[in-house]
Amino acid sequence: MADTSEGARVGIVLVSHSKQVADAVSSMAAALAGVPDAPVTGAGGLPDGGLGTSEEVITEAARRVDAGAGVALLADLGSAVLTVKTLLAEGDELPDPSRLLDAPLVEGAIGAVVTAAGGGDLAAVAAAAEEAYSYRKV
Amino acid sequence: MSGKVTNGAGEGTGGSAEGLDAAFFARWMRAAADAVDREADRLTELDSAIGDADHGGNMRRGFEAVRSELDEGVPATPGSVLMTAGRKLVSTVGGASGPLYGTLLRRTGKTLGDAEVVTGEELAGALSAGIDAVAQLGGATAGDKTMLDALRPAADALADSGGKDLRAARTAAEKGAEETTPLQARKGRASYLGERSIGHQDPGAASAALLMAALAEAGGDAEGSA
Repeated sequence: MADTSEGARVGIVLVSHSKQVADAVSSMAAALAGVPDAPVTGAGGLPDGGLGTSEEVITEAARRVDAGAGVALLADLGSAVLTVKTLLAEGDELPDPSRLLDAPLVEGAIGAVVTAAGGGDLAAVAAAAEEAYSYRKV
Repeated sequence: MSGKVTNGAGEGTGGSAEGLDAAFFARWMRAAADAVDREADRLTELDSAIGDADHGGNMRRGFEAVRSELDEGVPATPGSVLMTAGRKLVSTVGGASGPLYGTLLRRTGKTLGDAEVVTGEELAGALSAGIDAVAQLGGATAGDKTMLDALRPAADALADSGGKDLRAARTAAEKGAEETTPLQARKGRASYLGERSIGHQDPGAASAALLMAALAEAGGDAEGSA
């Protein structure tokens, strides 16, 4: 849990096809993290609010939550995942370092946000989110 | 109208086999915008059968943005034309085809480098690198009922002709797109349909065939003369 940026927390961006889904998951994760200013934001839908994935909405959200300790992105499926991967391949569109987490959006977001709010670094945030896959429901 | 890369009567439009210049690539992108605009309804219809019925509109929005960008000014090199177009597609399409086509054009453009003029053979090689990047991004392989099933045969046909026969690329892409009809989708939203995806042409393969037809048009192949 080493933190290199003097108290700066990892920012979390939740990418969904739907603005409502992204914003609602963001609110839920922040509430469950139990801190008033959890470093998480939604990046859902198109700039006009329609369903889809927008590079512009994602990069803008990433810059907003970037506090210098890195940005972790979670995505739902299809174009949300592909758009984030493409942005990462681009190299200069997202804050450095940025990372796509291999985790389900809702469950992964909770682990990631709780960990980031507690001061975990990017690797710890990623590990917490990815742990969601080990929780079997049946 | 041979579809071969022949010299455009020395008008500096870059149609010669020795040299494809930025103007040629801009012409390709504009022809793609025309084709996508013309065929948007068909793409959406294909997408309504096995997808979410937005492919035509998404592609039209993306390529119109590319056209506007080129209207502002054509970048100086073939590579930069494609990279600019690819970047525009990623930012405007709004569906999975944005990052996929964006990656295709950007990687192809990046592979072409800074040269002011490239050969057809170099284009064939760069296109193949772009297709590899698409395959890696989407995790698809041949026969998954995706745009790759049109793109890969097109790039192979172009390479087989030593980069000279753009019409062969177009024909191979169109054939590849048609041959996605009996396939079962294994990637993308259509894969959720399982066997019900059989019997419909893949919309991504259909739009990829349009892109290759536009390439042939840029080289002098008249629209609809395939």
